Amino acid sequence: MPVRIWGDAVVGLRSPVPQVQEIVFRNFYTAFLSVRVQRPGPGGSRRWMTCLRDLCLMPCPHTEEGSQDYFCLHRHQVSMSGWDRGVTSLWCSPLSAHTPGWLPLQGSGAHVPLTPMAARVPVPHSAPPALTGRCLPWTSSIWGGLGVLGGCPKSCPQSVPAPVVTLPVPSLQMLCDLDQVTAMRFILRQPSPVWLHFTIEDLQIFPLGQKSPQKDFPSWLSQLTPPEQPASLHGELPDPEKVSTEVQQMWVLTEVIRARQAAARIGRFDVDGCYDVNLLSYT
Amino acid sequence: MLEPDRGLSLTIARVVQRLQGSSLHSQLERQVSLHKPEIKLESLKEDIKDFLKTSGWEKKLQNAVYSELNVFPSPCHPAAPPEHIKEPLAYMRKAQGSWEKRILKSLNSMCTELNIPLAQKRPANEQKELLNKWNEMGTDEPDLSLFRPVYAPKDFLEVLMNLRNPNYENGEQPSFRNHLGLIQVPLKVKDIPELKEDFNELGLNIGQLGIDDSAQVPPEFFENEHVRVGQKVLAEQDSAAAQQYVRQGCPTALRADLWALILNISNQPEDILYYEQLKSNVIQHDLLVDSLIYKDVKLTASNDDYYFVFEDYLYQVLLCFSRDTSVLEHFTYSSATPPKSYIQGKLGMEEYAVFYPPNGVIPFHGFSMYVAPLCFLYHEPSKLYQIFREMYVRFFFRLHSISSHPSGIVSLCLLFETLLQTHLPQLFYHLREIGAQPLRISFKWMVRAFSGYLATDQLLLLWDRILGYNSLEILAVLAAAVFAFRAVNLMEVTSLAAAEVRISFT
Repeated sequence: MPVRIWGDAVVGLRSPVPQVQEIVFRNFYTAFLSVRVQRPGPGGSRRWMTCLRDLCLMPCPHTEEGSQDYFCLHRHQVSMSGWDRGVTSLWCSPLSAHTPGWLPLQGSGAHVPLTPMAARVPVPHSAPPALTGRCLPWTSSIWGGLGVLGGCPKSCPQSVPAPVVTLPVPSLQMLCDLDQVTAMRFILRQPSPVWLHFTIEDLQIFPLGQKSPQKDFPSWLSQLTPPEQPASLHGELPDPEKVSTEVQQMWVLTEVIRARQAAARIGRFDVDGCYDVNLLSYT
Repeated sequence: MLEPDRGLSLTIARVVQRLQGSSLHSQLERQVSLHKPEIKLESLKEDIKDFLKTSGWEKKLQNAVYSELNVFPSPCHPAAPPEHIKEPLAYMRKAQGSWEKRILKSLNSMCTELNIPLAQKRPANEQKELLNKWNEMGTDEPDLSLFRPVYAPKDFLEVLMNLRNPNYENGEQPSFRNHLGLIQVPLKVKDIPELKEDFNELGLNIGQLGIDDSAQVPPEFFENEHVRVGQKVLAEQDSAAAQQYVRQGCPTALRADLWALILNISNQPEDILYYEQLKSNVIQHDLLVDSLIYKDVKLTASNDDYYFVFEDYLYQVLLCFSRDTSVLEHFTYSSATPPKSYIQGKLGMEEYAVFYPPNGVIPFHGFSMYVAPLCFLYHEPSKLYQIFREMYVRFFFRLHSISSHPSGIVSLCLLFETLLQTHLPQLFYHLREIGAQPLRISFKWMVRAFSGYLATDQLLLLWDRILGYNSLEILAVLAAAVFAFRAVNLMEVTSLAAAEVRISFT
C-alpha cells in the first residue's frame, strides 16, 4: 500500500558530479528520507534512480528524537559519520507535488541550478532555499482515509493514543551507484501530523576525493591497530648526533606540555589576583 | 551517532586527551620510570602490558576510562556545532538561554538593591577570622533577611510549563496533540515495557536491599550473600562491577567505598591539596553567592531533622564548590551556560572576562540538599567534596536545566505525567479536575532527587540506583509510584492543599 509523501524537493547540479562521496545535512522534523539521483541513461537520455529508500531519521515520528540531528549519507552505506562544514555546498528549492497522489508543498516548483563551490561556504540555516515540506492540517478523518494504519516502529507515548502509522523498513544500503550524478532529488516524509513544518538544512554534497575534513584525530590514533612490527635493530644505526638533537627538542616539548598542564590544574578564576565583580553581563 | 569505527576513534581520542591532563598520567609516568630496568626496548609493548597488570595500574586505568565514558556523552556528529552537543533542540537551547537571563537579572537587581558587589577581596582581618572559624561556620548568624533565593523549584516549573516547540501543532482546542499534563513538549519517554527492560535488576523476582516485603527471596539469605559479593567487588576495585552491584542496593557499611569506586574518587594527596586551595580561595574572596548558600542552608538543611547536624560540612563543601573552576567543564555537555562578568567594570574587554561564580553554578532554593545526604557517608571534607562534585557534574545539574536529555528534568516530568496518566487515568483526571495537577506536587521531589523528602536510609537506596543505572529516570518512576501507593486516599481529596497533605512523606 502506498505511503503518502508529504514533502518532496529536488536538488539540481549545474555540472555533473563524477562520483558523490558523502551527503551531510541537519534534519528538521523529517521522519523518512529517500534519495533519487539522475544519471545518464542509454542514448543520451537521463534516468532517475532511487539510491536510498525511506531512511529513518526519526525513530518515533511523533516525538523529538532525531528531529534536529545531523546525518551523513555515505557512498557505500548510510550512517552518521564524521563531517565538517562544506567543501561543496548546494542549495535547493522546494517543489510542488510531482505525483498526483502527493500533497502540495509550499513554495515554487522549479529546478534550481546549483554550483558546486570549492570554497567552504555552508548553507545558511535560515536561507530561503531549503527543502521544505508543509504538513497540511491533518484531521482524524484524514487518518482514517490513509490506509497506512498499523504499528509505529517504536511506541510513542502520547496523552491520547495517537494514530499510528506503518512505516517502511529503512534501508541502510545505497541501492545504486552515486556516479555521474546530474541531479538529486530528496524526498522527505513525515507521517506524523503534529509538526507544522519539516525540512532538511545545511545540506552539503561532497564529491569523491574531496573527503570531508575530519575532526582532529591525534596521528597515533590511526596507528592503533597496525600489524605488530618489532623494531628492526639490524639496519644501520642512525647518527647519534642527529638523534641527540631530536631528543633534546622532544625533551623541551614535553617540558612545555608539562608546564601547560600544571597551569590548567591550578584552576585560577581571578585575573592578576583580582576578582572584583559588580554586575553580571547579559551577553 | 557516528559510524562505529569513527565513533570509537573519537571516543578513544577524547578519553586519552583527558587522561593525559590528569594526575593519573603523571603518576603513571613516575611509576614507569621507577621500573625502567624491567622494561626493555625490544619487548616494550608486552613489558608495559605486564607492568600494568602486575602493578595494579590496569584496574586504575580501566576505572578512569570507565568514568570518562559514564560522564561524557558519546561523540556527536563532527559537523554539529558545540551548542548541538550541549542540546540538540534549538528551542530548548533558546528556552534555557531566556531562563538564564532571568536569573542574571534577578541576581543583578539584588546587587543593585542591596548595594553590594558580586565579588570582592576580603580584608585581611576578615580572612583571618573566617579561617579561624572554618570548622564552625554554622555558629555564625549573619543577617540574611534581605537576601532571597534567586529562584525556587516552583518558579522553574512555571518555565517548564510554558515550554513549547514552535514547530508543534499546538491547537487551542484540546486534542490528542495536547498533553493533559503540564508539560507540553513531545519528547520521547519510556513506557513500562521499556522501563522494565532497562531496570531489569529491579524486577520482583530479584533480591533487593531495602525491601523487606519481598516474598520470593528470603531477605536474610539475600543480604548475607549480597554483603559477601560487595566485599569481593570492593577487593577487586572495579568501577564497572561496583556500578552493576549497587543496582540491587548497597549494604550501609560498604556504601561509602562503593560509591567512591563508581565515581572513581580516591582522595589522593593532590586531591586534598586541591580542596585546600579551594578553601584558600573562599578565605580570600567574598562572593554574593556565599550569602545565597548561607541562606539556603539555613532555610533547608538546618531545619531538617536528619541534616541539621551537618550544617558546617555543608558550608565547607558548597563554598568551595562555588570556587571550583573544574566544574565549568560540565558545561560542554550541559544545556546551561555559565554567567559571565567583567572584573573592575571593564565591560566588553575579553581579557577581563570572568565566569561568575567561578564554577558557573548559581545556587537555588534547596541546592544544599544535594550535599546533605552525602554527609552521612563521608566525614573527610575533601572526600565529601569530591563525591558531591562528581555527583553534580554527572547527575544533579540535569535537574535544574532545560534540556531534552532522558535524565533531564523536562523528560522526567513528562515521564512522570505519562506513567501516571497511562496507568492511573482516573486518579490523574481527578487531580487535574480539582486543580491539583500531580506534577505540581511531585516536581519539588524530583528537582531535589527526593532529598529532604524520603528518609535518609531510603534516599541512599534510591541514589544507589541512580548511580547503578547512570540515570535519573528512576526519580520519575518513584514519584509516579508514590501516587499509585496513595491513589485511594488521593481520590477523596478536593483541593491541591489536601492532596499535598495526603501524599506527604512525614
